[in-house]
Amino acid sequence: MFKIIRKKQLNEQVVLFEIEAPFIAAKAEAGQFIIFRLDELGERVPLTIADYDRQKGTITIIFQAVGASTMMLGELNEGDCISDVVGPLGVATEYGDNIKKVAVIGGGVGCAIAYPQAKKLHNMGVDVDLIAGFRSKDIIILEDEMKAVSTNLHICTDDGSYGSKGFVTDKLKELIESGNKYDEVIAIGPVIMMKFISKLTEPYGIKTIVSLNPIMIDGTGMCGGCRVTVDGKIRYACVDGPDFDGHKVDFDELMKRNSTYKKQEAEHVCRLTGGKKNG
Amino acid sequence: MADMSLNKTPITEQPPQERICNFKEVTLGYTADEAMKEAGRCLNCKNKPCTTGCPVNVRIPDFIAKVAEGKFEEAYDIIKSTNALPAVCGRVCPQENQCEGKCVRGIKGEPVGIGRLERFCADYMMDKQKQTVKPVSNGHKVAVVGSGPSSLTAAGDLAKLGYEVTVYEAFHTAGGVLMYGIPEFRLPKEIVRKEIKALEDLGVKIMTNMVIGKVLSVDELIEMGNEAVFIGSGAGLPRFMGIEGESLIGVYSANEYLTRINLMKAYKDGYETPILQSESVAVVGGGNVAMDSARSAKRMGAKNVYIVYRRSMDELPARKEEVHHAMQEGIEFKVLNNPVRIIGDENDRVKSIEVVSMELGEPDESGRRSPVEIKGSEHTIDVDTVIMAIGTSPNPLIKKTTPGLETNKRGCLVVDEANATTKDGVYAGGDAVTGAATVILAMGAGKKAAAEIDKYIKSK
Ligand SMILES: Cc1cc2nc3c(=O)[nH]c(=O)nc-3n(C[C@H](O)[C@H](O)[C@H](O)COP(=O)(O)OP(=O)(O)OC[C@H]3O[C@@H](n4cnc5c(N)ncnc54)[C@H](O)[C@@H]3O)c2cc1C
Ligand SMILES: Cc1cc2nc3c(=O)[nH]c(=O)nc-3n(C[C@H](O)[C@H](O)[C@H](O)COP(=O)(O)OP(=O)(O)OC[C@H]3O[C@@H](n4cnc5c(N)ncnc54)[C@H](O)[C@@H]3O)c2cc1C
Ligand code: SF4
Ligand code: SF4
Ligand code: FES
Repeated sequence: MFKIIRKKQLNEQVVLFEIEAPFIAAKAEAGQFIIFRLDELGERVPLTIADYDRQKGTITIIFQAVGASTMMLGELNEGDCISDVVGPLGVATEYGDNIKKVAVIGGGVGCAIAYPQAKKLHNMGVDVDLIAGFRSKDIIILEDEMKAVSTNLHICTDDGSYGSKGFVTDKLKELIESGNKYDEVIAIGPVIMMKFISKLTEPYGIKTIVSLNPIMIDGTGMCGGCRVTVDGKIRYACVDGPDFDGHKVDFDELMKRNSTYKKQEAEHVCRLTGGKKNG
Repeated sequence: MADMSLNKTPITEQPPQERICNFKEVTLGYTADEAMKEAGRCLNCKNKPCTTGCPVNVRIPDFIAKVAEGKFEEAYDIIKSTNALPAVCGRVCPQENQCEGKCVRGIKGEPVGIGRLERFCADYMMDKQKQTVKPVSNGHKVAVVGSGPSSLTAAGDLAKLGYEVTVYEAFHTAGGVLMYGIPEFRLPKEIVRKEIKALEDLGVKIMTNMVIGKVLSVDELIEMGNEAVFIGSGAGLPRFMGIEGESLIGVYSANEYLTRINLMKAYKDGYETPILQSESVAVVGGGNVAMDSARSAKRMGAKNVYIVYRRSMDELPARKEEVHHAMQEGIEFKVLNNPVRIIGDENDRVKSIEVVSMELGEPDESGRRSPVEIKGSEHTIDVDTVIMAIGTSPNPLIKKTTPGLETNKRGCLVVDEANATTKDGVYAGGDAVTGAATVILAMGAGKKAAAEIDKYIKSK
């Protein structure tokens, strides 16, 4: 059992939990993730380790309630326990040698995953431009935290209600064209965002790392469910990733595969919110 | 005088039409009378050929003689003295290649139903077990990685010798393939849980959610005071064929499909696990894993289920009983066919599978006749789901994170005749060493390794 010792509602849909998990906290690195299972009846769902405290033996997760499992998780409170948490899974992010300046891009709840990356790079003395995109002002998360770990924080909103109006791709393009020389771009968010960021950076020849989020079960390389195509080859995101070279990923395939259970998931949420199965 | 009937005493089974609508066990087992009757067919051969076919040398005629006399508890004790998991082996051993394959009664007619009798004794004793007494600790600690049959056997044997054993399992539930691979209708999970509970009563500590190589390394297990480590991490990564269309929606590895159903209980109301509702399913492969996938798909409601296998019926590596049961359940065998590509619809969901017909050519090094494509025989089968059950290769996680641990070119851990790996104090067994094999071989390796670990620690 894994106890939740702190809960913070970051916006209406996004929740932060600090969880007691001493074994995981001792080993976690930026870029790695856990898989949780709420209870005996639960699915196994992957979430990134947004932060960890080795002394306290805790890890932090930040998640958006998008479907049945994350909605039920969000209902838990401080003092409640999660039946299973396994990790740290995946390969920690590896940065190139001698990087001096990077752009870290987060889309929506992806900012929760981009944040530990920015923090680590910032602590390494790297110049970090953080571009965070949200649909509108009311769902902005982690603004102060992100500011603290970046040289420049650029917030973009789709509707222009805060920061600059437009997508993160627009902002990145603007920064690159105004003469910023990035050694690397790290993009984390919806698959579609990572796809367009990768498309944007390719002609400039800027190395781009993306963090993929296929559907997973075991997270140890046993089921093959998380397979993605990178450079024309099958790779398992749980053991070979989740980070990959954005210029080589088949994003369209990933988007399709992530929609495998769309119908079943809709029924799930429907039941949770009072609707009837098959009804 | 032995009962000379040519056939095994029939065993009650759920009728095929009924059982394809549930996940309950197919074979219901012998009654006491049936078991005694079947035991009466054993000739009590002096040279006991049957025992040479059993990888753990169960004293077969001895236990069968006790069954014939109705002394079931004594029979059970005989089995249990060499086989830690009789309720499991009685159900899943490929008896036709092992004990029963060597039985003299099989020369003319059917062999003695050794597996059925073993299962009967185990089931009979299931609720009559004496409370296990925890042995006195000898003060030495051993770590066991994984919780499949090899690890469970090693852990049990070491605990009985007084070792303080901790089992580290990656999943949230212990049991390995017995829990996530082999379906409920062949091996009820309650049996596996009871065996694990018995180990816990012996003092074995089981820690789930512990991926060794990630959360702790093998070296750290040693630093924590474990004087030896046993690795029974299983066969690992599923293989795909590398053909076009394997990334379409509706293509599963057998591991994923079976895990969703068995471990994550996608077939049971209340569980959150999603799985595709299939109408027509092609399962590629011909082993136990393929049969389990096909029969599970049928039970999940698929109307048409095909086994696509590139050799002929005679070469199917699955247990005979499973093939027989699959046929009764209406699984169609498209043998001598090999997949060429998987075809998707406009939404990238599987629409059909293209296969090419094969014929058997000359025998290859393994002695099996190798299949050769018949040119121009390509044709498609309409399916919405494809399950790949063509084997696995060992998971490289532990090898990658453990300096000094060697693997062979197939990725299997290298061990000597004492099941010792190339790293001092680290032993291994089961599928991690042999590649995908059988429950009983994995158990045999666990047993051997436990004895060697005991010797190793005592000699230090
Ligand atoms: C390595 C990894 C790290 C992740 N880290 C985080 C994180 O830190 N915070 C966070 O909020 N989410 C994260 N995700 C995504 C998270 O796992 C999914 O949102 C989760 O599976 C949703 O489960 P659910 O049952 O609540 O929703 P479901 O009912 O499964 O899905 C609801 C909706 O989400 C979509 N969806 C399903 N699975 C995924 C997926 N894996 N990725 C994106 N969309 C999906 C579905 O198409 C559907 O529209 C991560 C995923 C991976 C693989
Ligand atoms: C579907 C299916 C049907 C089968 N049917 C039969 C049959 O009828 N008869 C038969 O004899 N055999 C059958 N087999 C084969 C048999 O199940 C295996 O040979 C046997 O289970 C191998 O046992 P094992 O102990 O080596 O490993 P496994 O049973 O594979 O267990 C390995 C365990 O180690 C865990 N693990 C892996 N890596 C790590 C790590 N890094 N850290 C911690 N834990 C880890 C895994 O999660 C797993 O629980 C079947 C196999 C399958 C998949
Ligand atoms: S353990 Fe397996 S091979 Fe040995 S006697 Fe029992 S069923 Fe036969
Ligand atoms: S070979 Fe067959 S008949 Fe002979 S002792 Fe063994 S089980 Fe009995
Ligand atoms: S999640 Fe199963 S192989 Fe990656």
